[in-house]
Amino acid sequence: MKPRQQRMLAVGLAALGIAIAASLTLRAFKDNMMFFIDISVVVAGDHPTERTFRIGGLVVDGSVERREGSLEMSFRVTDLKCELGVRYTGVLPDLFREGQGVVAHGSMADDGVFVADKILAKHDENYMAPEVAASLAKHVEDQTASLQDGAAECGSI
Amino acid sequence: MIPEIGHFALILALCLALCQGILPLVGAHRDDAAMMSIARSAAAGQFLFVSISFGCLIWAFIHDDFSVLYVANHSQLSLPGIYKVSATWSAHEGSLLMWIFILAAWTMAVARFSSDLPMKLLARVIGVLGLLSVGFLLFALLTSNPFERLVPAAIDGADLNPLLQDPGLAIHPPLLYVGYVGFSVAFAFAIAAMISGELDRQWARWTRPWTIVAWLFLTMGIALGSWWAYYELGWGGWWFWDAVENASFMPWLVGTALIHSLAVTERRGLFKSWTLLLAISVFSLSLLGTFLVRSGIIVSVHAFATDPTRGFFILAFLSIVIIGALVLYAWRAPALDSDVGFGLFSRETFLLLNNVLLVVAATLVLLGTLAPLIVEMLNGDKISIGPPWFEVAFLVPMIPLIFLMGLGMHTAWRQQSTTPIIKLLRIPAIGAVVVGIVLPLLFYGRVGLMLAVGCIAAVWIVATSLLQPWRSWRRKEGEAGITRSALGMSIAHLGMGLFVIGVTVVSAFGVESDRAMREGEIIELAGMQFEMREFREVKGPNYDAIEGVVEIRKDGKYLATVRPQKRQYLVQTSLMTEAGIHPSWNKDLFVALGEDLGGGAWSVRIQYKPMIRFIWIGAFVMALGGLVAVTDRRYRRKDVTP
Repeated sequence: MKPRQQRMLAVGLAALGIAIAASLTLRAFKDNMMFFIDISVVVAGDHPTERTFRIGGLVVDGSVERREGSLEMSFRVTDLKCELGVRYTGVLPDLFREGQGVVAHGSMADDGVFVADKILAKHDENYMAPEVAASLAKHVEDQTASLQDGAAECGSI
Repeated sequence: MIPEIGHFALILALCLALCQGILPLVGAHRDDAAMMSIARSAAAGQFLFVSISFGCLIWAFIHDDFSVLYVANHSQLSLPGIYKVSATWSAHEGSLLMWIFILAAWTMAVARFSSDLPMKLLARVIGVLGLLSVGFLLFALLTSNPFERLVPAAIDGADLNPLLQDPGLAIHPPLLYVGYVGFSVAFAFAIAAMISGELDRQWARWTRPWTIVAWLFLTMGIALGSWWAYYELGWGGWWFWDAVENASFMPWLVGTALIHSLAVTERRGLFKSWTLLLAISVFSLSLLGTFLVRSGIIVSVHAFATDPTRGFFILAFLSIVIIGALVLYAWRAPALDSDVGFGLFSRETFLLLNNVLLVVAATLVLLGTLAPLIVEMLNGDKISIGPPWFEVAFLVPMIPLIFLMGLGMHTAWRQQSTTPIIKLLRIPAIGAVVVGIVLPLLFYGRVGLMLAVGCIAAVWIVATSLLQPWRSWRRKEGEAGITRSALGMSIAHLGMGLFVIGVTVVSAFGVESDRAMREGEIIELAGMQFEMREFREVKGPNYDAIEGVVEIRKDGKYLATVRPQKRQYLVQTSLMTEAGIHPSWNKDLFVALGEDLGGGAWSVRIQYKPMIRFIWIGAFVMALGGLVAVTDRRYRRKDVTP
C-alpha cells in the first residue's frame, strides 16, 4: 500500500471505530445513567418512576429497624429538611451507621418508601460523597433562613 | 530534626531538578557539551536528595514521630511494623513523595543504562524528566508538605485506615506508581524526538524497553489492586469500574497500544507520529488519573481528602504538560512521517487495528468516567454511570481485538500471502470452536452465546500463542529458534487468554447468595454445603473480632474450613470485613460476615467463584511476557558495566 492509502485506511478505520463507539455509547448511556435526586425532591413526588435512581443523606438516629434474625431492614434518611423511609434486604456495608452519610440505589415503592437494591456508605471517616455533602449543605442554609421567617417546611420546594 | 532534614533535602532536590530540567535542554540547543553533561550528575544528585527526603519520612513513621502531622494522622503506636512503613504512602502527601522518588529513580535508571544514546538525545530526555520533577516537587512543597509539624505533638496517632492494613495494599501503590511514572520516560523520549526533529528506528529501539517495563509494572499494580479489592473491600467483585480504577486502566490500554505501535516503528519505521501521540497520551492519562484521585472531583473509593488548591495545581500542571506537548506535536510531528508502504494483509495492518481498538476502548472508558462531570457542568444533574454500561461498551472493541490477535501474531510484516496462514491456523481455529463449546458443557453443563464467544476466544488465543514457541521447541537442528522478543509476545498473549478464561467462566458460573445464618445452620450453594459451626471471639494486635467458623462439604465429603471475621479496630473504632476464602486453582469459595442480625443470626454472603484466579494469574503472565521481551538480545547493551 502507498503511504497515502495507509493514511486513508487508518483514518477510515478510526472513524468507523469511533462512529460505532459513539452510537453505542449514546444509546446505552440513556439506559444506564442513574440520577441523584435530593430527598426533598423525592418526598415532593418529583422523581423518576420508571427507572432506578440514587438518593443520599444522613441516616436518622434511632431509625434503623430490623426483624430479628432476618436480612430485611429499614431506616430513615434525611437531607436535613425532609425524611424518607428506606427498605433494604441484604448485607450492609461496614461503615453504615446511624447519624452517618449514606447513598442508596433503588426506586420508589407504591407505599412511599424507597426500596434500595444497593447501599453504599463512605469508605473512610473523613470522606462523604460530594453529592450528599452538596445536598446537605443546601438545606443547612435553608434551615438557617427558616429560623428567621419560619417558612421552608418539608414539602415546599 | 530528621523531618526538617527531609524537608530541606526536598528543597535541595528541587534546585537540582531545576538544573537538570533547564541546563541540558539549553545545552542541547546550543550544542554545548559541558552543559549537556550536567544532565547525568544533576539527575544523580536529585535522586540522592529525594531518597534522603523519602527516607526521613519513613524514619518518622518507624519511630512514631507524632510531632509530624502526616505521621500523627496515618499511624499509631500499636500498628504492626510493616504497616508503619507502608503507611508512609497511604495518603496524599506521602504517596506524592513516593511518586517523586520513583520519578527520580526512573531518571537515574535512564541516565545509568543509556550510555549508547547520542549525547543530545540523552540530555533532552533527562531534561524533560527534570522539568516533570520540578512540577511534582513544587506540588509537594507548595501544597502538600509531608513534613509539616504538629504543635503540640500528639501522644498517639489516629491510626492507619484498617482497609489499608494489608500486605496487598502495602505493595499495590508502589507497583502502580512505578508503572504510571515509568510512562514519563516514553513521554520524555517523545518530546526529545520532537524537539530534535529526528525519529528513526533506533529511537524506537531505545524507547521500547522502557515502555515495556513501565507497562509490566502497571499490569501487576492493577492486578494486585483488583485482587486486594476482591478479598479486602469485601464483597467478592474483582473490578467495579470505579473512577479511579478506570484512571489506572486507561493508561494501561493506551500503553498497550503504544507497545504495539512502537513495534511497528522499530521494525518498519512506520506509524511515527502516531507513536508520538500515544506516548503523549499515555503519560497525560497517568496525570489525569492523579488529578482524579487527588482532587476529590470524582466520587470514588479511592478519593483522597478533598483540597481545592491541590486540584487546581494538578489541573494547571496537567494543562501545561498536555497543551505544551500537543502544540509541539502539531508543529513537529508532520515532518517525521516516512514514505514506506505495506500490504493490506500484513502485520502492520493488524497492529493498526490493535491500536484503533485499544484506543477506542480507552476512549469509551474515559467517556464513561468523565460523563458525570460533563453532565453536571452542562445542566447540573448529578448522574452516575453504572458498571453494566462499561461492561457492554468495553466488550464492543475487545471481542474483535481478541479474535484478531491470534491472526495478527502469525502474519508477516509487509505482505502475507493467504494460503500458508490458512494452513497454519486451520487447526487452532477449528480446535478453538470445538473446545470452546465442549469444555463449558463438560465441566459446567451449560453453554450460552456470550459464554461460547468467551471460551472460543480464550482457547483461540491460548492455542495461537503457544504455536510459535511450540514450533521453535520442535525445530530441526540448525534452524533458528524463537527470539526472546517473540517469546515474550507469545507469553503475554497467553496471559491474555488465561485472563479471558477467568472472566468468562466467573461471570457465567459464579454464584452468590446473601443469607441469615445461625450456629449449626447449613446452606446449599453450587452443589456444596456450607455449615456455620460456631461464632467465636478473637483478639488481634490492634482489633477485636467475631469469627465465624464455616465448614464446607461436597456430597458429605469435607472440603475446607474458612474463618470469615468481622473486625472492630480499636483506635478508629471502625468495622472491617475480613472474608474467609478457600482458594484453589479452579475455584474460590468465599464467605463474608455481614452484621449481627439479633437472635444469634448473622448476615452472611456466600460465593462460589470458578476460575477467578485465572484473572490475576493471566495478568501476571502478561507482565512476565513483558519481562521476557525486554531481555531480547537487541535491547541488551554491550557496554553496561557494573
